[in-house]
Amino acid sequence: MSKKPSKGGAPALDMTPMVDLAFLLVTFFMLTASFRMAEPVVVDPPSSIGEVALPDNHIMVTIENNGRVYFGISNSTAKRNALEAMSKKYNVAFTEKQMVEFTGLPSFGVDLKDLPAYIDAKEEQRKNFKGINKNGQAGIPIDTITPNNQLKDWIAIGGAEAIKMYNEAKQEAAGSNKEFKAEKPRYAIKCDSKTKYIYVKNVIKTFTDLKIFQFNLITSLEGGGTVIEPKK
Amino acid sequence: MAEISDSGGGGQKGGKKRAKKQSTRIDMTPMVDLAFLLLTFFVLTATFNKPKSMELTFPAPPENIIDQPPIKNGITFLLTKDDRIFYYEGEFKDVDDPVKGPKTDLKELSFSQTGANSLKKYVLDKSKAMQDQILALKKRFEAKQMADTTYKRMVREAKADKASFTYLIKTDDKATYRNVIDVVDELNYNAVGKYVVVDLIKPEYDLLIAKVGP
Repeated sequence: MSKKPSKGGAPALDMTPMVDLAFLLVTFFMLTASFRMAEPVVVDPPSSIGEVALPDNHIMVTIENNGRVYFGISNSTAKRNALEAMSKKYNVAFTEKQMVEFTGLPSFGVDLKDLPAYIDAKEEQRKNFKGINKNGQAGIPIDTITPNNQLKDWIAIGGAEAIKMYNEAKQEAAGSNKEFKAEKPRYAIKCDSKTKYIYVKNVIKTFTDLKIFQFNLITSLEGGGTVIEPKK
Repeated sequence: MAEISDSGGGGQKGGKKRAKKQSTRIDMTPMVDLAFLLLTFFVLTATFNKPKSMELTFPAPPENIIDQPPIKNGITFLLTKDDRIFYYEGEFKDVDDPVKGPKTDLKELSFSQTGANSLKKYVLDKSKAMQDQILALKKRFEAKQMADTTYKRMVREAKADKASFTYLIKTDDKATYRNVIDVVDELNYNAVGKYVVVDLIKPEYDLLIAKVGP
């Protein structure tokens, strides 16, 4: 095989289609990307064959493997209203700026008393956040004995607000004869696979006390069946 | 190559009618570099699929525990530490009973995929009759011998059949969340319609402790 000698200069390659495509893709990904702030906790959910996609409109309780509980609402208006209601109930004041900042936050796991300081903290500092009581992100209190079950209030108030938003949107759509697409808020539980079931039980108890019995348990996909191999 | 060629830059003056061959090329390499950099960034950060989830309904707490009728056709799974799982069939019996049979003894299963005592095999064996029924229905449906709605209703009825087992999933404090999900998943996988996650009762807990130690 003999190479043809190139006839002077570099061979010109028409890059136009490639560049077109590259920009098209860039535009697509830029427009579809929705930026989220980093979740305060990373959990590794167990796998299952469940194929139900998590609804956009959800109230999520995350349980870390040491039992800490985090709470989040996807609907930002409902989230803000819930914070206002919680602020009144527990006598913890929030400034307007904190309220706005709060709606942008993903799930959080602090005592309501620590929440203003937590909101004011910079994003990179939130991971090591300590708070007034030096509890840090010790999870939302779920103590049923003292009783200091803030999670219950968050779920009750947040759930009511989310349903209110849903109903308002529905009425508005009915009033203007538009197609109604929003979905009812669902309660999701995201839990690390190594979590002791007792922690999950406590959270579920909180839900069932509020007469909420249906959950979406977040799992990762798998082929089917169970995957644990017996210990030798 | 995309290029903006600038031909005929010369004037008509002077009588020289020679078009200049020189072209103005724009070097697109940096732009393309940037485009691909951005592309890579967005591709890598994009989250395409929403997390998947498993829908599960928990039972409402009974008003009065004592009035609960015993479940006749029940299979109870007891989950405990070290990914161990035990089961017993039927009602829980504290002592040997001439009518109801001998007292409850826990048998162990494993979470492994294969093996004689795997959970997978156990559930498959137990739900065989129901699955055959559903498969037969499916065959008839695919042969267009029944309507879509009828098929769905029949499948639902097959799942809710009185004769089929009701599975109870009970855990002690040391079992992990994954075990619970695995059992529920296995039941879902085998199209079992009736299962519920409930609390342990004291005698069951004692029996479990006797098996695995505190």
